[in-house]
Amino acid sequence: MENEAIKEPGEYTVLNFGPAQPIMHGALRLKLKLDGETIIGARMEIGYLHRCFEKMSEQQTWHGVIPFTDRLNYCSSLMNNLGYCNAVEEWMGIEVPPRAQALRVFFNEMHRIMDHCVCIGPGLVDLGALTNLWYLFTAREKMYELIERVCGSRLTTSFLRIGGLTRDVAPDFVRTAREMIDYSRPFIDDVRHLIEHNRIFIDRTRNIGNVSYEDAMAWGYTGPNARASGVKYDVRKARPYHGYQNYEFDIPLGTNGDSYDRYMVRFEEVIQSYRIMSQVLDNLPGGPIAADDPRVTLPPKNQTYNNIEALMNHFKLTFDGIQVPEGEWYSFTEAANGELGFFCVSDGGGRPYRIKVRPPCFAACQSIEKICVGYMVPDLTAIVGSMNIIAGELDR
Amino acid sequence: MTDQENITVQKLRENFPEEILDVGGRPNDVAVTVRRDRIPDICRFLRDDPDLSYKYFIDICGVDYMEMEKTPRFAVIYNLLSFEKGHRIRLKVLLEESDPAVDSVIEIWKGADWFEREAFDMFGIQFRNHPFLRRILTHHQFVGHPLRKDYEHGRRQLCTEVWDLEFD
Amino acid sequence: MVEKKKVAEHGLEGQVMTTRLGSFIDFLKGKGNELAGWARASSLWPYTFGTACCGIELMGYMASFTDAARFGAEVVRFSPRQADCMIVAGTITDKQAPILRKIYDQMLEPKYVISMGVCASSGGFYRAYHVVQGIDELIPVDVYVPGCPPNPEGLVYALMQLQKKIMSEKVDYNTRGRLMERLREVDEKEKDLGE
Repeated sequence: MENEAIKEPGEYTVLNFGPAQPIMHGALRLKLKLDGETIIGARMEIGYLHRCFEKMSEQQTWHGVIPFTDRLNYCSSLMNNLGYCNAVEEWMGIEVPPRAQALRVFFNEMHRIMDHCVCIGPGLVDLGALTNLWYLFTAREKMYELIERVCGSRLTTSFLRIGGLTRDVAPDFVRTAREMIDYSRPFIDDVRHLIEHNRIFIDRTRNIGNVSYEDAMAWGYTGPNARASGVKYDVRKARPYHGYQNYEFDIPLGTNGDSYDRYMVRFEEVIQSYRIMSQVLDNLPGGPIAADDPRVTLPPKNQTYNNIEALMNHFKLTFDGIQVPEGEWYSFTEAANGELGFFCVSDGGGRPYRIKVRPPCFAACQSIEKICVGYMVPDLTAIVGSMNIIAGELDR
Repeated sequence: MTDQENITVQKLRENFPEEILDVGGRPNDVAVTVRRDRIPDICRFLRDDPDLSYKYFIDICGVDYMEMEKTPRFAVIYNLLSFEKGHRIRLKVLLEESDPAVDSVIEIWKGADWFEREAFDMFGIQFRNHPFLRRILTHHQFVGHPLRKDYEHGRRQLCTEVWDLEFD
Repeated sequence: MVEKKKVAEHGLEGQVMTTRLGSFIDFLKGKGNELAGWARASSLWPYTFGTACCGIELMGYMASFTDAARFGAEVVRFSPRQADCMIVAGTITDKQAPILRKIYDQMLEPKYVISMGVCASSGGFYRAYHVVQGIDELIPVDVYVPGCPPNPEGLVYALMQLQKKIMSEKVDYNTRGRLMERLREVDEKEKDLGE
């Protein structure tokens, strides 16, 4: 959008929307060229949370990378674990048993809901609506309780292992999970009813930051950002993994690709995630929670103490780590923000040679510089909030 | 997997026969190694051909093969998705250590912008004709390319001031 | 005011409070310290420097489940000029270091720093080329909170420890004296430059 008000070049204000800003979405910096309050140019700087995930992963064993993956998209840490474990399992051809698959899907969807809560809550705080943050975080607290029962940690779980889970869930898991669903669902519905037809919210987000269908693909948007622009691409339907083809759920689509659509698509996805979770709880299979594969799983303890082969297996796995065959491969799953891809290179040893993470919000973030031109500064907060920029994933 | 099953590889062989060096990967994860000289033409063909229509840009990354003792040392991997047709392809370009440069594909997919900057930052791969090829993840006073295998993982470089960002 | 000698003669030592003007002022100052300490500790306005995963737990600490408002520490000010306690939550990278230092310098005295999480306290498990190994390379820290990320209850405990520390601090009453001295130094420097 050309701005006709500028008569002479050079007559603009420069505003540094610096790395320490009131937007509650992490550290990123936007340098804006303003004419009055309208943005005529922008340049974004990221990297304020570059924690060298890729270099650190080359120093660890294949299992040792899992805690690092937790901290990528820290709002939904199990989804990153799943993406990584899925990548290695696909390459090695490991069959994850059905119970582990079902539990992984359950926690995956629970974390998707948690991530959308963190996107919507602080996004609305930036627009001035503070109440929603308290409601959504109370819903999150109940989910924290559930995950804490299972793996001991609230936020950064590291619950998955290559081949399955760390440990099985408690016998009363189905009951507590249903309680969690019943408790947390009304909070999210309340928030939705508060803002869905709210005049102020609509005025601040309708037709702000429109991204067309072709642009969304060219920029590389995936996930809710892309679906809000009408791109019906969801990895869970396009290339199902972990039994997603057995569950019934819909893919919500937006029409305009504006900030309002991006928020509303997330609410709809929360509803679909609850649907999947209920289906998992209704049909939770029994059985082992780790693949019976000596390449990756430690043998049972009584075997280790009585059987020499099991002892040697245990020793090798603990000291050398799992050995992944040589090659390069790319594997992807549907994280909360979109397609989370892991491009891995292995040299046949116990340490990854190269792991590249394809962060879903990296592609969305690079477009903000271009999209926000022509809007005003408060609209910028609406755009950035709706894209769900998580600095841990962006900068790795 | 034969080429008969994969239409992308077929079409590439028809139109760019001298550029293809190798075809590998698994059936649903095909990797084609190509020469670097005509990368923009190949990418434009992949995007515009009506049977292929690779309009969805996914990823660009770099790899350093120094510890695996392979030459050429660097590689750039392009990851593309054709949403309408349901194809995926991975293009691989090998670059010598003395001249790690390749043409930018930013004109073809807007989303290549920051991915190329990151490959430059981490490996030092030059993308010709990129409008703003500057460091993106490390700070502006950083010297060196950290993901290269000869850079120690713990070697820090201090940053003493904030970067005065240029608009152009 | 009763003199010490007279008290000793009457054998009333230990039963009568002997005062002189100086010690009375000290008593008042002590009470003033307590009052100032209580006032500062009960209304710590945080500047949340949340960068990473600990930032989410920080939001959880402010949220309604673990309520930070009951300690008076809910009013989050996004301007360092209006805050007195900086909570550094998350990994600080080398790129972020000059900014952290600048924000700390912009805060007004008395100011306190809580380093939340292991990444802020010591670099966490990131021994890497871009991560600051502990923010005490840059700024003085009052309370370190371990955890990756720490529970909101852990942060509440840290706040209570900080409150204890503040309440036992001595208030500097001679601010006017120090200010006059500094102004005198500036005047002398100007005179030297002028000559």
